[in-house]
Amino acid sequence: MEPIFYIIKTLLSILIVVVPLFLIVAYVTYSERKIIGFMQSRMGPMRVGPSGLLQPIADVLKLVSKEIIIPTNANKGIFLTAPILMLVPSLMVWSVIPLSEYFIISNINAGLLFILALTSLSVYGVILAGWASNSKYAFLGSMRSAAQIIAYEIAMGFALVGVLMLSGSLNLQNIIYAQSGNIFSWFWLPLFPLFLIYFIAGVAETNRAPFDVSEGESEIVAGFHVEYSGMAFAMFFLAEYMNLILISILCSIMFFGGWLSPFQGTIIDSYLSFIPGFFWLSLKTLMFIFVFLWLRATLPRYRYDQIMRLGWKVFLPITFFWLSIIGILIFLKYLPLS
Amino acid sequence: MNIELITFFIFSLLLVFTCLKVITSSNPVLSAVNLVFSFFLSAVLWLLLGAEFLSIILILVYVGAVMVLFLFVVMMLDINIAKKSAAYINYLPLGIGIFLAFNALVIFFFVNTFENIDYNAVKNIEIISTSNTENLGYLLFTKYLVEFEIAGLILLLGIISAIILTYKKNPKNKYQNPTSQISVSKKDRLKVITGLKE
Repeated sequence: MEPIFYIIKTLLSILIVVVPLFLIVAYVTYSERKIIGFMQSRMGPMRVGPSGLLQPIADVLKLVSKEIIIPTNANKGIFLTAPILMLVPSLMVWSVIPLSEYFIISNINAGLLFILALTSLSVYGVILAGWASNSKYAFLGSMRSAAQIIAYEIAMGFALVGVLMLSGSLNLQNIIYAQSGNIFSWFWLPLFPLFLIYFIAGVAETNRAPFDVSEGESEIVAGFHVEYSGMAFAMFFLAEYMNLILISILCSIMFFGGWLSPFQGTIIDSYLSFIPGFFWLSLKTLMFIFVFLWLRATLPRYRYDQIMRLGWKVFLPITFFWLSIIGILIFLKYLPLS
Repeated sequence: MNIELITFFIFSLLLVFTCLKVITSSNPVLSAVNLVFSFFLSAVLWLLLGAEFLSIILILVYVGAVMVLFLFVVMMLDINIAKKSAAYINYLPLGIGIFLAFNALVIFFFVNTFENIDYNAVKNIEIISTSNTENLGYLLFTKYLVEFEIAGLILLLGIISAIILTYKKNPKNKYQNPTSQISVSKKDRLKVITGLKE
């Protein structure tokens, strides 16, 4: 009886995470259109439902009912596998994310490594989609995106080494516990350059503006997913927004204390103890999601060689430099040795 | 039957299947994709052994980095379908030779290890925690520090020498100079013309 209960409990907790996640993705697209609309003095979607609130549902219905077109001479098996390869890793990562002090699907020891390994898999979806479409634009888009993702993954991994040095653990709950204290004991203060690099590299990893050369509407139509339609396209879309939310939540876990209250260590904290940790985590995550949308409304697209230069010649040396500074500070006991 | 055994059989059967696909599929991209899957499946097998660090590193390094570059190169090649012809027969004797040599090596190793037990190069490990990530890190940075650093140096040397061997500066290539691009000011680009009448 015991293992059956265990399996049911795991399945339920997966449902508790995944179903709201899909809803959140739907409404992140809505808020993206609204926020960018307001930033550009437009109204955004207004027609479906009160102030356009039902727009995402209409979009989903449209995408589901559309036909999936497979181009001639496309490699059918890989063409249909690529969206799945894109979506599955970005869903799997959620199994190790601590959503509150008590809720985490699986609290594994090597959580950080698990996240790094799985986020490095999403590049396959892009490459294989571009190749299998048998289209020049799609292939160009996937080539660009693969080079970009490889370049920024290294900077991203090194930025997380700083978090590791301060927390002394690969377990995400322990990383959050190591930040407890007050708002200034969160890791954003000692690791400020690494935090910036992590966030910017995260934007580049998710192929979002201003690093969206793999889509580049004005140059290569829509990049690696030109040939996709209907549900297959919807899966790329879902994966992109899921990665956006993931990078935001990882930023808040690694550098902004996860579910810790920002008033910890002050007098107000005792009055606010009834607020669950999940509230603070989602507040921080929403802040980062807003920055993502803000970037898209504000910045023009980077030139391709500038992206490569930024990744290899700017970010990587800065991370090396800052890691050695952190090492020296720990050695001189200005920062705690975990 | 316990759940670990079932998982093991499912994943090892899939592993054998994907490995066969690697060598039998006629399309090199499909072979590479199947190789990716087989790496992933063997990472799961390592996870079943309790070697969580090694299995995640296998995914991170081989699947996440090495195979991406591999796939990159294979896709750029202009051979879509390898020719199915007498090539199999030509390579058959060589294949059988390699197969026999490899098996002889494996059998030799196993016979040797069963005869004298003391085959392990790693002895007297100090175990500091239950997580093997921590144990491995502790060992690499204390007992095997010199070896670890030498391995790192050799890899760095490999990177540098590969760049030197392949990099040829073409005088015809035109490069952009980002520093000069950034440092342009309004004066360089705009020319305000005054004094024009009529």
